[in-house]
Amino acid sequence: MAIGAGVMATGTETAAASEPLLFEASVPGRRGASLPADDIPPEIAPAAIEDELARPELGDLPELSELDVVRHFTRLSQWNFSIATNFYPLGSCTMKYNPIVNEWAARLPGFADIHPLWPDVLVQGALALERELEEMLARVSGMDAVTLTPAAGAQGEFVGIKMVRAHHVRSGNPRHTVLIPASAHGTNPATSALCGYRVAEIPVGRDGLMHLSDVTPHLGDDVAAIMITNPNTLGLFEREVRAIADAVHACGGLVYIDGANMNALCGVSRPGDMGADVLHINLHKTFSTPHGGGGPGAGPVCVKKILEPYLPVPRIVPVEGGLRLSEDFPHSIGRVRTFQGNFGMLVRAFTYMSALGGDGIARMTERAVLNANYLRRKLEGLLQIAQTEPCLHECVFTDQSLAGTGVKTLDVAKRLLDYGFHAPTIYFPLVVAGALMIEPTESESRQTLDAFAAAIAAIVEEARTDPDRVHTAPHTTRVRRLDETRAARHPVLRWRRNRREPATT
Amino acid sequence: MDFTPHTEADVAEMLAAIGAAQVSDLFAHLPEEVRLRAPLDIAPGLCEPDLRARLASLATRNRAETLSFVGAGAYPHFVPAAVDALASRSEFATAYTPYQPEVSQGTLQAIFEFQTVSAILLGTEVANASMYDGASAAAEAVLMALRVRGGKSPARRVLVARSLHPNVRGVIATYARDLEGVDVSELAWRADGRVDLPAGDGGDDIACVVVGYPNFFGVVEDLRSVVAWARARRALVVTVTLEPLALGWLTAPGRLDVDIAVAEGQGLGLPMSYGGPGVGLFGTRERFLRSMPGRIVGETVDADGRRGFCLTLSTREQHIRREKATSNICTNHSLCALAFTVCVSLLGPGGLRDLARLNARKLRYAVAKLAGVGLSEAFTGPTFNECVVRAPGASQRWERLLRRGIVAGLPLERFYPELGDALLLCATDVHRRADIDRLAAEWQSAQA
Repeated sequence: MAIGAGVMATGTETAAASEPLLFEASVPGRRGASLPADDIPPEIAPAAIEDELARPELGDLPELSELDVVRHFTRLSQWNFSIATNFYPLGSCTMKYNPIVNEWAARLPGFADIHPLWPDVLVQGALALERELEEMLARVSGMDAVTLTPAAGAQGEFVGIKMVRAHHVRSGNPRHTVLIPASAHGTNPATSALCGYRVAEIPVGRDGLMHLSDVTPHLGDDVAAIMITNPNTLGLFEREVRAIADAVHACGGLVYIDGANMNALCGVSRPGDMGADVLHINLHKTFSTPHGGGGPGAGPVCVKKILEPYLPVPRIVPVEGGLRLSEDFPHSIGRVRTFQGNFGMLVRAFTYMSALGGDGIARMTERAVLNANYLRRKLEGLLQIAQTEPCLHECVFTDQSLAGTGVKTLDVAKRLLDYGFHAPTIYFPLVVAGALMIEPTESESRQTLDAFAAAIAAIVEEARTDPDRVHTAPHTTRVRRLDETRAARHPVLRWRRNRREPATT
Repeated sequence: MDFTPHTEADVAEMLAAIGAAQVSDLFAHLPEEVRLRAPLDIAPGLCEPDLRARLASLATRNRAETLSFVGAGAYPHFVPAAVDALASRSEFATAYTPYQPEVSQGTLQAIFEFQTVSAILLGTEVANASMYDGASAAAEAVLMALRVRGGKSPARRVLVARSLHPNVRGVIATYARDLEGVDVSELAWRADGRVDLPAGDGGDDIACVVVGYPNFFGVVEDLRSVVAWARARRALVVTVTLEPLALGWLTAPGRLDVDIAVAEGQGLGLPMSYGGPGVGLFGTRERFLRSMPGRIVGETVDADGRRGFCLTLSTREQHIRREKATSNICTNHSLCALAFTVCVSLLGPGGLRDLARLNARKLRYAVAKLAGVGLSEAFTGPTFNECVVRAPGASQRWERLLRRGIVAGLPLERFYPELGDALLLCATDVHRRADIDRLAAEWQSAQA
């Protein structure tokens, strides 16, 4: 446990033992906000509305002072791991540092307080920023045109596959099948189904890679597209990507490259050169917008010329003296958001890319890959690596070497929390049994990586000497392992007045 | 400037540990045909002072100080300073999706509280952990209604009020386009601005009816008659509320027996930020739970019997169900949901109702002032803080006011050719009486 002591400051033990729900702390009549003064003549009455439509029942909303609210949420914040407090070795999810200057930029009144339906002449700065961000993303990815509108990677995929479909429909045959490797993210098949496509799964070779010989039997004029993640979810570069793309193109299909995570590629290889016709980029994975505990994200989509007519509206177009938004694209798949996209996140990514510049973006990738290879080397003697192929920005281990101790991947993940490290991505990709997927990112120092490797070494040792300690982890967090089965079988999804108390002790 | 911590000595020692001579060796296995051999064609990086000067200069090119009376789905409201101070805490902002609940109780409890606030405001039995925005929530609601009314002889028609926000209608059309047999058609409006429900349409092939509440014209739909009409046809009712403050003024849709109620939350706690990020609220009946899209947080207990929260019912989701999932969505707008929850907690029921009442009165004051200079209300139905006004030559006057730094509402002709010379006007608590007086005075002086 010697190494645990130095890294166990999780932030979780500083908070109160429990914090009531907002609703439980409510005191009738208490107020927490100072409202704008009422400067309207008293004789002006609101519009009359039928009685049945004008009866808001808000009694259950909490009544709290500002200090009540500040303490409540400050305490809750202390129960979280975050990049600001802990290292997250989360494979494929990419938890890199989110520079504070990005937050400063997004809050500038000139960005925060502008209305999405204002005339273009009032928002030239916003349009110029978006235009330049589109250009930078096109250059990093090797593509021709970009939409910044999608709210997240999943919506980016949706937009991408919709465009694929629109292209095939216009060519006279919508086709029915999308090819997806077994190692793909769950969003790929879910997106294809949402767009009306059937999914054919391509097996992954023993080397963890996709091979042209496994794709060829599926090819034909019914294939709308192939969705390829490169590097794949094992962190391996798909070396046959170009040959596979050429074969799919030869039968009239299109190539979707899942560029959600570009950390292995920037300045090294461009999806556009791999044969991609369309890809999405998750700005929170590569360009440092914060994860926010699950969003908001942003999922720009980049396309080659062949798909440009189908980009969603509105699009930014140059006009004399500036830029404007246009919906005048007859072949567009249409609109996917109420307005233009998650502009606040676009400002953050633009700030990050401008800070790094072309040289810094390339260095980001180099150091992400350096960190992953270094950590892989440190862990190889402790856990079983899933693939011996060279890795890029992440690597996947398994719990095989722990067989016989009874300790499994989930136990290792939970025990890491006690050591002050977030768990890796576990049990993904599905093609690896007991997977632990590790991506350190370029943000972390050698010292942090060494401390993480030391924690893994300690847990591997504990698995042999004190497996129960690992099985029952975590021990130092605010709550212990939660009964997730109970949560799903007897869903309690909101607070209610006068409900039966939960079975707490 | 970059944000990597590596010293030259670090790089050298790490390469030595790996057994590589230089960093480029780590990429040596990439095939030649996909290697980028030129440097990225992006300008060099900036130091922080130059970076901030660049951003400030772009921000200044936006005219944020403009006196604007545009709502139409994005609303300026007073936001207590505590909202951003709490929601911007790094422990919330830089946390991951709460898959490891033991170290994510802060985010999880806040989402559980958001689900409760959403359910109270929407009047529904349950609500999810949030969607991308009001429009994507509306589109997901339509997909859900199609699932609920699926089965052996599925209902495949979707009726959307033409008075629903044009952009929301656009998103619904995009989501529904490639679904086999699904037909989306529009319902006209009546002279009072409320939806016209065709008595003759009696088929049971209607999956759902979608209306705004209030609608795009600011008119409060009579949900009682919409629900009655839909019940007689076994259709579900979906309501879309883009101004969340209206839920502090109107009877909650769920209380009027609406099946799926969605809303945009931006107006309570979030800046307009050129249209995003906002946050979609999504509520429905408990018995439709397994058809509901999106993340859900549930209460449970830990190994010691203490209350705790975790993501639940994930067997509906893409990472488990893959192509059979209820939606491909894998995030919510958690941080925006947090800001919304903090804002509502500070306002409380009294503050929400008072702020809503102030908004309703600001609009009436504006309507009275503008009537004095020749602008009249286009519809007779009840309104909250937004309505349509018309006058001959209004478009030209609107242009003149724009040159004087005033956006006198949203011209509707672009969205509704039949509504030429009509403006959608919004007045909220950010408009001082003097601002409204100035609007009326400038309108008067801007002779066509």
